[in-house]
Amino acid sequence: MSNTATATGAWQQKKKAGEYVSKTLAYLFLLTGSLVMAIPFLWMLSTSLKEQGLEFEMPPKWIPESFEWSNYVFVLTEANVWHGYLNTMLVITLPCLVGLFMNSLAAYAFARMNFPAKNALFVMLLATMMIPGIVTMIPTFILFKNIGWVDSWLPLIIPGMFGAAPGVFLLRQFFMTIPKELEDAAKVDGLNPFQTFIRIMLPLSKPAVITQGLLGFLAGYNDFLNPLIYINSPEKFTLQLVLASFQGEYTSQWTYIMAGSVLALIPTLLLFFFAQKHFVEGITMTGIKG
Amino acid sequence: MKRKEYLWAYLFVSAPIVGFLLFAFIPLSYSVYVSFTEYSGYQPPVFNGTDNYAKLMNDELFWKTMYNTFYAALGIPIGMAVALGIATALNQKIRGIGLFRTLFFLPTISSVIALTLLWKWIFNDSYGLLNYLLEFVGIQGPAWLSSERWAMPAMIIQGVWATLGINMILYLAALQGVPKSLHESAEIDGANRFQRFFRITVPCISPTTLYILITSTIAALQDFPRFQIMTEGGPNYSTTTIVYYLFQNAFRYMSMGYASAIAWMLGLLILVITLLNFWLSRRWVHYE
Repeated sequence: MSNTATATGAWQQKKKAGEYVSKTLAYLFLLTGSLVMAIPFLWMLSTSLKEQGLEFEMPPKWIPESFEWSNYVFVLTEANVWHGYLNTMLVITLPCLVGLFMNSLAAYAFARMNFPAKNALFVMLLATMMIPGIVTMIPTFILFKNIGWVDSWLPLIIPGMFGAAPGVFLLRQFFMTIPKELEDAAKVDGLNPFQTFIRIMLPLSKPAVITQGLLGFLAGYNDFLNPLIYINSPEKFTLQLVLASFQGEYTSQWTYIMAGSVLALIPTLLLFFFAQKHFVEGITMTGIKG
Repeated sequence: MKRKEYLWAYLFVSAPIVGFLLFAFIPLSYSVYVSFTEYSGYQPPVFNGTDNYAKLMNDELFWKTMYNTFYAALGIPIGMAVALGIATALNQKIRGIGLFRTLFFLPTISSVIALTLLWKWIFNDSYGLLNYLLEFVGIQGPAWLSSERWAMPAMIIQGVWATLGINMILYLAALQGVPKSLHESAEIDGANRFQRFFRITVPCISPTTLYILITSTIAALQDFPRFQIMTEGGPNYSTTTIVYYLFQNAFRYMSMGYASAIAWMLGLLILVITLLNFWLSRRWVHYE
């Protein structure tokens, strides 16, 4: 009896020591890793505040002697970053909001309602996720060119307002998990399906809808390919195009390029910070179900 | 009564379905046709049979860009292994997990353009950060992006760094779903840490591994904005990916027909690889 007790005690002690070692190793690993992740961003921040010409000082100074806030003033006013912000916001507001609403409506129907050809329609929609977007890139361009949409924001705004497969899919997975009794009660109360959706389902599914909204915002905000294809006039450039054009215009002025990059990061960083919980949970959910 | 509900349902799903028909189905059908024509985008397309596909077969540049794309895809297994390592470390009861998670996630929420401009500079041979750090350990770094040999490895490093966060989050979620009881009973049976990791953890998270593998393969085969910004496909086409080549053909040389043929070759390739992945996965993915 006492023998087994000491044996278990030794085993537990060994286990504890093992845990200690593994935790220390984990910390070392994570600290190195996160340093590697963070260094480029810190360098970006530091350079954005440096005086022109001192970007490449060796050894590099992490904290500049004087902070050149004028770099930010310059990129916001002279270098059109402000303009790019505005254009991006104008372009993504409608697709983000309307598209999100359309996605949720469709997702609700696919999750909860019965209708002929439901599965066929859903599979058809999912097929767009399998076929690489590259295949439709050229004919879509031709289509928009023929109806005179090239060099306007319409190709960036209109298609997104219809909603899209990934959003429908993610939200459908979520709606499937909501208890059915709530809907039945709504039905008894005489609500029509649209009212049920607006008053019962939508409020219940806030986290999923927020997550999908954020994903949509990030995708729209960071989209480079579509603006690159459709927009030619500099005054219509979205933020990403403005940033990309930086490297041509300010070839050797890295302080400006980095200030612009910092400014581009701020909105998504703030969003992530305030919505981290929903955001991470949403991704986690799709990860498991996908 | 039933019919009324059907109407509601069709109304609800109509927007994405109409969107699908207009912006996916019609362009998709048209692109098959365009791939069999000569088409500049200005004059109407002229049917030329399988000429585009025949040209592709003999286009050295096309094969080179194909090779480049697969070379770049080497980053996928590397990135997955690193992400799994980080997720494993984060899966313990660790202080500051939120901070670590945010740091690793930072590149995921950043603009691709800002990141690539940043890395373009890091890789600069004379005043970049990387070669400066390498000097500390006595290594004379190469001219990363302007060297035919090192440009692609540099792009792989940047790609791994940029996708680490999202893969880490997915793995972390999967790891938290691995039943503790399995580990405990194996431990009592005398299995050591490594045996437990490879015999229990790895099989348990294999569905997530498949998910990451498939989505990152599709993404890698279509990757190109960062190549355009960092190397413009050079030097000497060493970092021109298939999609970049397609893009150049379509929008720079205005040969839409030829570019459509490239698009369909790539589309088929992605389809075949995805199906192959699914088929092979039956051997190594364990569903409960």
